[in-house]
Amino acid sequence: MKYIDEFQDPALARRLLDDIARTVTRRWSMMEVCGGQTHSIIRHGIDQLLPGNIELIHGPGCPVCVTPLEVIDKALEIASRPGVVFCSFGDMLRVPGSDRDLFRVKGDGGDVRVVYSPMDALRIARQTPDQEVVFFGVGFETTAPAIAMAAHQAKRLDVRNFSLLVSHVRVPPAIEAIMRSPDCRVQAFLAAGHVCSVMGTLEYPALADTHKVPIVVTGFEPLDILEGIRRAVRQLERGEHRVENAYPRAVRPQGNPVALSVLREVFTTTDRAWRGIGTIPDSGWRLSDAYRDYDAEHRFEITGLATEEPAVCRSGEVLQGLIKPHECAAFGTACTPRTPLGATMVSNEGACAAYYLYRRLTTPRTEETASVD
Amino acid sequence: MCLAVPGRVVGIEERDGTPMARVDFGGVVKDVCLAYLPEIEVGEYAIVHVGFAIQRLDEESALATLRLFERIGALDEEFGDAWAHAAAEAESAPEEENR
Repeated sequence: MKYIDEFQDPALARRLLDDIARTVTRRWSMMEVCGGQTHSIIRHGIDQLLPGNIELIHGPGCPVCVTPLEVIDKALEIASRPGVVFCSFGDMLRVPGSDRDLFRVKGDGGDVRVVYSPMDALRIARQTPDQEVVFFGVGFETTAPAIAMAAHQAKRLDVRNFSLLVSHVRVPPAIEAIMRSPDCRVQAFLAAGHVCSVMGTLEYPALADTHKVPIVVTGFEPLDILEGIRRAVRQLERGEHRVENAYPRAVRPQGNPVALSVLREVFTTTDRAWRGIGTIPDSGWRLSDAYRDYDAEHRFEITGLATEEPAVCRSGEVLQGLIKPHECAAFGTACTPRTPLGATMVSNEGACAAYYLYRRLTTPRTEETASVD
Repeated sequence: MCLAVPGRVVGIEERDGTPMARVDFGGVVKDVCLAYLPEIEVGEYAIVHVGFAIQRLDEESALATLRLFERIGALDEEFGDAWAHAAAEAESAPEEENR
C-alpha cells in the first residue's frame, strides 16, 4: 500500500506530508527504533511518500530479531527434553537457532505450545503439575511487565513446576549504543510508543541532551508515524533536541506506575548480547535473585552448546541501520521468509521480512519509487 | 510481538486474587489481566499487549485503530493460528495443533 488514498484519513496524511515538505531544507536521517514501526513504514510506503531528502534508518527494535542465538539454542535444547512443556509467543517459532527452530522441535515430538499471554503458560503449569512448564520470555519494555507478572504470580501461588527463560531488552541503552557508534548517521529518533506507554518518557531527556538528538515518542499507525516524522523534522530544522510526545493518547510521562513497580521487583538490569550487534551494557533484564528459583537457565543444566551464525547473513548490519535489507546478497535468494538465514527475515517486525513482503524489488539495490499523486 | 491492540472491556472478575477482564477486539474476545490497569471499568477501552491492559484509550482512537487493523489483517496476525502461519511459511504442517 503506497498511495495516500489508502490512508485512514488521506486529507490529514496529505497535510502532514505537505508540512514536512515545506519544512525540510536539507538531508536528514532519522531512526525508527521499533520493528513495529518499520513494518508499518514499509507496508504503507511511508518512506516513499516522504521528500527524498529524509532518510528513515530502520532500528534494532525487533525483539525476535535481537534475541541472541545462544538463547535460541538454549530454548531449543530445553524444549526438546521429555517432561517439558515449552510455551512461547508465536513469533519465535521459526527463528533459526544454530541448526533448527521451535517449529522443527515440535515436529520432532517436543511439546511446544504457542500462548497468547505468559499467564496462559502459568495456567498450563497449574493444570499439569507433573510436567515442567517453561515460558520463553523475550521482548522489550512493552512485553516485560507481562512476563514479570507471570513470575510474580508463580511465586505468590507457589507454582514450582514453572520457570522462565528470560531475554528482555531495553530501548534507552540501545539508543545510547547507536549514538556512540563511530558509524552513526542517526540525527533524530522516533521512540517506540508502546514501550513508553509502560516506561513513560523520563529516561529520554538525558539521552537527547547528551547526544544533541531529538527524540519523538511515536505511535505505530501511518498517521502517527507521519506526525512523529513531522515533529522530528521541525526540531532538526530549528536545531533543537528535545523529547516530544507525539503519541499522548497512549503515553503519559510517568508511564504505568504499577507495571514499573512489578518490573523493579522481578527483574534486575544486566548486560545483554543483541543478535547481530553484540553486547550492550545494561541493555537487558534478567530475573532478580529473589526469583532465581524460577529462572530456567538455573533450573536446566545446559552445557556444550556450540552456536553458529550463517556467514552470509548480514542482519547485524541491517539491525544497526548500516545497510538496507536488499543490500545483502542473500536477500530474496538464499534468504526468504520460507528459508530464513537470520531472524530479521522471520519476524514480521524484522526489516528484511517487511522489505520482502511489501517491497518486491525487481532487482536488488534498486529502490522503486511511488507517486503521492 | 510489539503490537498492542485496543479493545473494549466487556466484563470484569477476580481470579486467584488478580483482576481479569473479558476484552472484545472487534469481535475476538480474550481474557486480559488488569493488574496494571486495575481502575478500568466495563465499557472503557484499553490498549492490550500479550494479555495485559497497559493503558487506557479513548473510544474514538480505539475504534479508528481497530478499523485499520482489521483492514490490513493485523488482527489475524495477532490472534490467528501461529502454527498455521509457521506451517505455511515452512510448507509443512505439524502433526498436531496446540493452542
